Amino acid sequence: MLEVKNLTTVFYKDGTAVTAVDDVSFTVQKGEILGILGESGSGKSTVANSIMQLVPPPGKIISGEILFNGQDILKLSEHEMIKIRGAKIAMVFQDPFTSLNPVLTVGEQIVEAIRLHQGLNKNEAWQRAIEMLETVRINGAAERIRDYPHQFSGGMRQRVMLAMALSCQPELLLADEPTTALDVTIQAEIIKLIKELQQKFNLSVIYITHNFGIIRALCQRVIVMHGGKVVEVGTVSQIISAPKEEYTRNLVNCLQVLKS
Amino acid sequence: MLKNKLTVFGLTILTLFAIVALLAPIIAPYNPNEIVDTETLAPSAQHLFGTDDLGRDIFSRAVYGARISLTVGLVAVILALIIGILLGAVAGYFGGWVDTLVSRFIDIMLAFPSIFLILAIQAMLTPNIYNVMIVIGLTSWMGVARLVRGEYLKIRELSYVEAAQAIGCSPWRIIFRHILPNAQAPIIVAATLGMAGAILTESSLSFLGLGVQPPTPSWGNMLMDAQAYLRDAPWLAIIPGILILLTVLSFYLIGEGLRQAIDPRQDYAGS
Repeated sequence: MLEVKNLTTVFYKDGTAVTAVDDVSFTVQKGEILGILGESGSGKSTVANSIMQLVPPPGKIISGEILFNGQDILKLSEHEMIKIRGAKIAMVFQDPFTSLNPVLTVGEQIVEAIRLHQGLNKNEAWQRAIEMLETVRINGAAERIRDYPHQFSGGMRQRVMLAMALSCQPELLLADEPTTALDVTIQAEIIKLIKELQQKFNLSVIYITHNFGIIRALCQRVIVMHGGKVVEVGTVSQIISAPKEEYTRNLVNCLQVLKS
Repeated sequence: MLKNKLTVFGLTILTLFAIVALLAPIIAPYNPNEIVDTETLAPSAQHLFGTDDLGRDIFSRAVYGARISLTVGLVAVILALIIGILLGAVAGYFGGWVDTLVSRFIDIMLAFPSIFLILAIQAMLTPNIYNVMIVIGLTSWMGVARLVRGEYLKIRELSYVEAAQAIGCSPWRIIFRHILPNAQAPIIVAATLGMAGAILTESSLSFLGLGVQPPTPSWGNMLMDAQAYLRDAPWLAIIPGILILLTVLSFYLIGEGLRQAIDPRQDYAGS
């Protein structure tokens, strides 16, 4: 359903271009969770931002194709892209403490996402928002919907983010390290939830992380990125049992060391 | 904020003036333009602030003057806020050449001595109260624009803005619904301080005869009328002078109080 071909994204600094994503290609199947594994600065987040076409300036996608259901979305105008963001492709972010607007209630934010893309009236949208909060297991959703983000804990906020991202039933979810800022126990809950939601909505998910453990718990296939390039692609078990590249081998060795 | 005695003083004075301005017809004992006496009288029980050179009751004129001064200040500041927020938001949010364009325009406007600009425009237009408001508004938005631009530059980097983009919000929606409410605190401070400036400018203009036109009373043109009688009837000048001083001072005190309440680290600044 998603096919990224030869994607190259650069950041311009003082007149020179720094390549953040270098000729990256991969595919995501319908209903699949694809992991993107890489260290900080490997370009994994920029891949997600490029798919959304929200690369912050001075960054720019300079070449490649992103085929979403067969259509090259890089050729769409910004106006057409706005209709896809949130509706067809949604995203959750790393830091749940800053990714919700502090002056709007969580309800207002979820309802906004719903009303931007679906022809629901206010009441229907609120109803839908409450259902979404229940889906991500927020207790007392009908009351909590009127609360502001600061009244929620980090894990709860990430649930809210998931509710918001999935409120318009997107086909693809980009999860950019959504559990990195959370405690390990909360991390496990969120990962379980993502897996459940993925099955419930038959979502395709791109899960970006530097944590091999999460990839192993969640993904079927994984691509390993290093220095803006894809260094290895394969199923998770393939990569753990027989890493081909030096870099991946080191990663896997780290995992073994940590386990012992 | 209410712990600060000076701020409370400012709030009290302004509340009082605002009530007086709102209830002017009830509070003023005379029609402000009516000649109630043939002489210029010193303050007395009958004429609280005395009468002016034409024999009009100064207390009544001062009460109606409060209406004019506060209204002019308010409307001018609202206009300055609209222009300043729009330009500042667009410059800060979009960045790039839009930002360069707006920022240079702000610099040019700031480099221009605004009092001469105001005088030149006012000399061309009919000097009436509406033009005064517009002209003051059009020449005092730059501070707000700069401030708002800075706030937008800061806030647009936060991830809730990215999240809003990711759910498919248009830039305008993000500018007004997502960022503006988060930038309101410094804007309110700027607006309060802007009121002080606008009221001062209105007084100066009226004093120079290019502002509010007689017989409509404004504190500025009352001051102008008083010039000729400074020696014989000093209260003519002292009363509107004190009123302007108190009002402007109160706005500054409130503005400073708000600023400190919003950002305690800025205690040292601006003092």
